[in-house]
Amino acid sequence: MSAGLGKNRIVKRLQPLIGAAVLVFLWWLASEGRLVDPVLLPTPGESWHAFVSGLTEGTLWNDFWRTIVRTTVSFAIAIIVAVPIGVFLGSSETVYRSVEFSVDFFRSTPASALFPLFLVIFGVGEEAKIAVAAFGAALIIVFNTAYGVMNARKQRQLAAKVMGAPRVRILTDVTIWESLPQTFVGMRSGISIALVIVIVAEMFIGSTDGLGQRIINAQMIFDMPEMYASIFAAGALGYGLNLLFIILERRFVHWGGK
Amino acid sequence: MNEVLARVPIDPSTMAETPAALDASPESDPDRLRWFPKGTHITIRGLTKTFDDVVLYKDFDLDIPKGKVVSVFGPNGCGKSTLINMISGILEFDSGQILFDGKTARETRIGYVFQNYREAVFPWSRAIDNIRYPLQFLGLSKAERDARVEELLTSFDVKIDLNRYPYELSGGQQQLVSIMRALVVDPEVLFLDEPFSALDYEMTLFLRDRLQKVLTEREVTTLLVSHDLDEAVTLADEILLLTKKPTQVAERLQFNASRPRTPETTLTDEFIAVKSRSLEIFQREVRK
Repeated sequence: MSAGLGKNRIVKRLQPLIGAAVLVFLWWLASEGRLVDPVLLPTPGESWHAFVSGLTEGTLWNDFWRTIVRTTVSFAIAIIVAVPIGVFLGSSETVYRSVEFSVDFFRSTPASALFPLFLVIFGVGEEAKIAVAAFGAALIIVFNTAYGVMNARKQRQLAAKVMGAPRVRILTDVTIWESLPQTFVGMRSGISIALVIVIVAEMFIGSTDGLGQRIINAQMIFDMPEMYASIFAAGALGYGLNLLFIILERRFVHWGGK
Repeated sequence: MNEVLARVPIDPSTMAETPAALDASPESDPDRLRWFPKGTHITIRGLTKTFDDVVLYKDFDLDIPKGKVVSVFGPNGCGKSTLINMISGILEFDSGQILFDGKTARETRIGYVFQNYREAVFPWSRAIDNIRYPLQFLGLSKAERDARVEELLTSFDVKIDLNRYPYELSGGQQQLVSIMRALVVDPEVLFLDEPFSALDYEMTLFLRDRLQKVLTEREVTTLLVSHDLDEAVTLADEILLLTKKPTQVAERLQFNASRPRTPETTLTDEFIAVKSRSLEIFQREVRK
């Protein structure tokens, strides 16, 4: 009986991997069976080999690391700038209404459309990539934080008020906490956007390292296993960041929705 | 001047007593000549409140006695919660004046228990930190704060683990935390907005019992809004019956049964008499 239960648990654990296994199998079938031009689609084995050797012998690890650094730096800047602004905007409905359109407009503008502008302002160096990624992430964080503060349920604020809390303390002890679940939503989307922008920036605005640059280089010399390996690395990074956020959210907003 | 005096209602039960004058010194203060019965804690004068052109309160006057439990009862939509929200200072009013022994709500230690405990406790703080929270605004030393909490926990005889987060507690336990948070400051006035309406009967009896004990010990002026007439009468020293809007006082009934009041209290002749009279007035007002 207990052995049966244990087996069940293992099956449950492995369930999410079934889809991945099927996908790899189809990929293998397609490349081995020559259903797709082998130049375009190397076998899973070749790509995996390129990934492992890139990490152990080549420069994949370095590019991976550069992308992580750019993403986290731009994300950190975004948080430092955007959270206080969001709280400020959200705590006054009049202020928020007056800037809502502008925030919404820039949030809807594709960040890639702003590359040239940021290149003009910051030059071709590191700053432009980080600035544009930070900008993209910051807008979505501002929006969500402000939204969270504005839509914080009023009753706890009233409870704090009736207990004699001054206005600033109502903000720091209640409103900001109340908005935290929504702020986290913004941060989670913010870091994804920062990663997307960093990768694209590495591809197109003069980079000598980073996953984006690695992918575009591999494409130019038709090193397909290398390209798939780099794409996989970028995917793993995105997934890892998302996972990290889920863990952080569980830790800091454990009370959310309760 | 006569007009001012005439507007102030005199509670029939205290009419025999000499009214105490509000001892305000500046001669220019128009309120210095206003009168209220002896033993009054909260004075409400000329309270006016409208919601989107609907007049809820107009020139509403009321005196609330010190150290008594007053139950507010009235037809739906007459603004029972609105009234205690205005008195407690969490809702603005259009005009009028509300004073607690001459002080404003902001200058008074107030405890407030909301009906919806889920949205009143702070889910990000442990139960014990929720209870401690209001003490920081009283300017007490840490030793004094700890003593206050300790004293309260003893008088409530709490069996739950207060190191848990509110969402780990049952509804009744959350409301218990909420009630203790309101009482820990040793409030001058306690407001209870249908505090038991979302709880099961067993929990309600338990909380009523603990609450009564503390309120009798400390003689806290208490305003209770309840939609349950049995509960309103059981807990009250005075039942304040309101009219439909624009709301006025329909009647004030005294209920002097000894405390602690238990479910058995509801079987006494006195209780039945007061309850029947309340019901009569309530139905009269609803039909108006």
